[in-house]
Amino acid sequence: MKVRPRDFPREDSARASSAASILARDALPALLAALRTRGYQLVGPTLRDGAIAIDRIDGESDLPIGWTEEQDGGRYRLRRREDVAVFGYTVGPWSWKTFLVPPETKLVTAKRDAGGAFTVDAGLAEEPKYAFIGVRSCELRAIQVQDRVFLEGPYVDRGYRLRREAAFIVAVNCTQAAPTCFCVSMRTGPHHETGYDLVLTEIMEGQRHEFLVDAGTERGRELIDELALRPAMIADVEGAEAAIDRAVAQNGRKVVTDGMRELLYRSYEDPRWDDVAKRCMSCGNCTMVCPTCFCTTVEDAADLAGKEATRTRKWDSCHTLEFSYIHGGSLRPNARSRYRQWMTHKLATWIDQFGVAGCVGCGRCITWCPAGIDITEELAAIRRSEEARHGGH
Amino acid sequence: MRTVKKPSVAVWKFASCDGCQLSLLDCEDELLAVAGAIRIAYFPEATRAMADGPYDLSLVEGSVTTYHDAQRIQQIRNQSKLLISIGACATAGGIQSLRNFADVREYTSAVYARPEYIETLARSSAIADHVKVDFELRGCPISKHQLLEVVGAFLHGRKPQIPSYSVCLECKRRGTVCVLVARGEACLGPVTQAGCNALCPAYDRGCFGCYGPAESVNAPALSRRLAEAGLGVDARMRLFRSFNAAAEPFRRESEALEQGR
Ligand code: SF4
Ligand code: SF4
Ligand code: SF4
Repeated sequence: MKVRPRDFPREDSARASSAASILARDALPALLAALRTRGYQLVGPTLRDGAIAIDRIDGESDLPIGWTEEQDGGRYRLRRREDVAVFGYTVGPWSWKTFLVPPETKLVTAKRDAGGAFTVDAGLAEEPKYAFIGVRSCELRAIQVQDRVFLEGPYVDRGYRLRREAAFIVAVNCTQAAPTCFCVSMRTGPHHETGYDLVLTEIMEGQRHEFLVDAGTERGRELIDELALRPAMIADVEGAEAAIDRAVAQNGRKVVTDGMRELLYRSYEDPRWDDVAKRCMSCGNCTMVCPTCFCTTVEDAADLAGKEATRTRKWDSCHTLEFSYIHGGSLRPNARSRYRQWMTHKLATWIDQFGVAGCVGCGRCITWCPAGIDITEELAAIRRSEEARHGGH
Repeated sequence: MRTVKKPSVAVWKFASCDGCQLSLLDCEDELLAVAGAIRIAYFPEATRAMADGPYDLSLVEGSVTTYHDAQRIQQIRNQSKLLISIGACATAGGIQSLRNFADVREYTSAVYARPEYIETLARSSAIADHVKVDFELRGCPISKHQLLEVVGAFLHGRKPQIPSYSVCLECKRRGTVCVLVARGEACLGPVTQAGCNALCPAYDRGCFGCYGPAESVNAPALSRRLAEAGLGVDARMRLFRSFNAAAEPFRRESEALEQGR
């Protein structure tokens, strides 16, 4: 079965109309080299400390070729593949957010001179332009969700805009999904729709190892032309489609999105929130790894002499007490109210706020929750709970 | 610049290993700024100067373990405008609070040749169990960065930026792969207060809980997960029973595990 997210709200970015091409496996280094020649700092998946990280890479040899992972609630293990697939894994604890919205950003430095006058520096730090290698469909959707937050609201985040506009996106269609993936339910993947510069699909059949490559922008098209690739045949396109269908079939989790928002609005007092509060440790990992979570806190610090002050922005989490602290106390004093806030925001209030759900079905929060709490299971339980109360409806 | 009288600071030691006081001496780069900003009135570990009180700020290291300590802390409080307790001993009773779970007389007779010379309390307790404490700075040992932040906040009359959320936030911000999820290591990070910048997981070890319980702790939930990861009852009990053994949520969990084993 083919699932295409055509009915999902999205911006229609300019998509160069052109036929796809074939990039030979051994021409991948040439593609990466061409990006480096254009002045891009490559960022892509790479092995680190027992997981597949997203970090700066120098070239193809840094990619986790022949590696994959096992994922389930609260559990992740790196595994060797039997083949030499370049993109034969899914998503790890990092997301592109680390580069577009860094975990810590210095916003302002203020210095006081001997006369007592202040000089304030709120300039943006010089940053490289990034080429993101291997962005999955759910991840690109997550970036587009964050665009709404940082670019499309009344206040534009200057730093985000610079990084985002400069970034060259080499997307990858997933040909394998994890048991924690539910992009099919969320209509966010595994097939890319728009927003990339280039999109690759890895084709491995017998001795054959190639990539179907297509451009989504003019600058992507220029790169393909420069590499002088052979045009794809219909059979190539079909081979790629079949490979992506594997990832559709392998989507390990499911959610019923019909009426999801209204269900959650009716369920503020559902007893399931007490149940999840017994398991949730309020550690905040789910928000840190989520590619759409955008909350930050701002911290001011000064040196002992009172001569220099800095203002730093840091990733924050709605699972902390301080997050909702106002004069007199925290608005969400317990795990029940905090988990409810987090999940209801992701799946319901986000839709009112930004026009799309705040969840793209990447499954990170399931895998990296040390308690193994599963957002898909919690939603299903809330639905069951209501059905039990009303005898189904 | 204005010349104001430098605030006087005293540093006191109770039952402890001195590690936290050393954090103050370890502020090499910042020592001149510290010395320029405050007047050390009493700090036997560092200087012979022993000015009498009252003091603007007292930093108190160590836990109360003797009758003498229990009286001394009252006098210190009376002489101090502000009192900040520093380190796991002063904020939770320290590793020596293991005695709280046993009979201290058994310990003294096992350790000392003449136990009858030893006069000690049955329990090791935090400074805040005895006197009003204005701020508790956690850690075993405390972080020099946080110490400077607290002293700086005191000097400038602002609230110190000391987070009370979990170590996991620091772990993720610095990009460490979770040792619990990716390797099944026993890690106290989800229930432990941040402050160390998630040091141990960055070196492939689970968090030992040096900074004590985070603001909102669900120790039984972590315990269950560690059991699923294959950690036995005894190992879990010991995990919760270390530098912050007597901190309430950790104490409750280790006692529950002890009773249930
Ligand atoms: S809520 Fe969970 S599954 Fe959804 S986008 Fe965030 S991390 Fe991924
Ligand atoms: S849901 Fe999981 S990851 Fe999120 S705060 Fe609770 S225990 Fe931590
Ligand atoms: S390694 Fe420990 S502190 Fe770090 S995220 Fe995992 S559970 Fe939390």
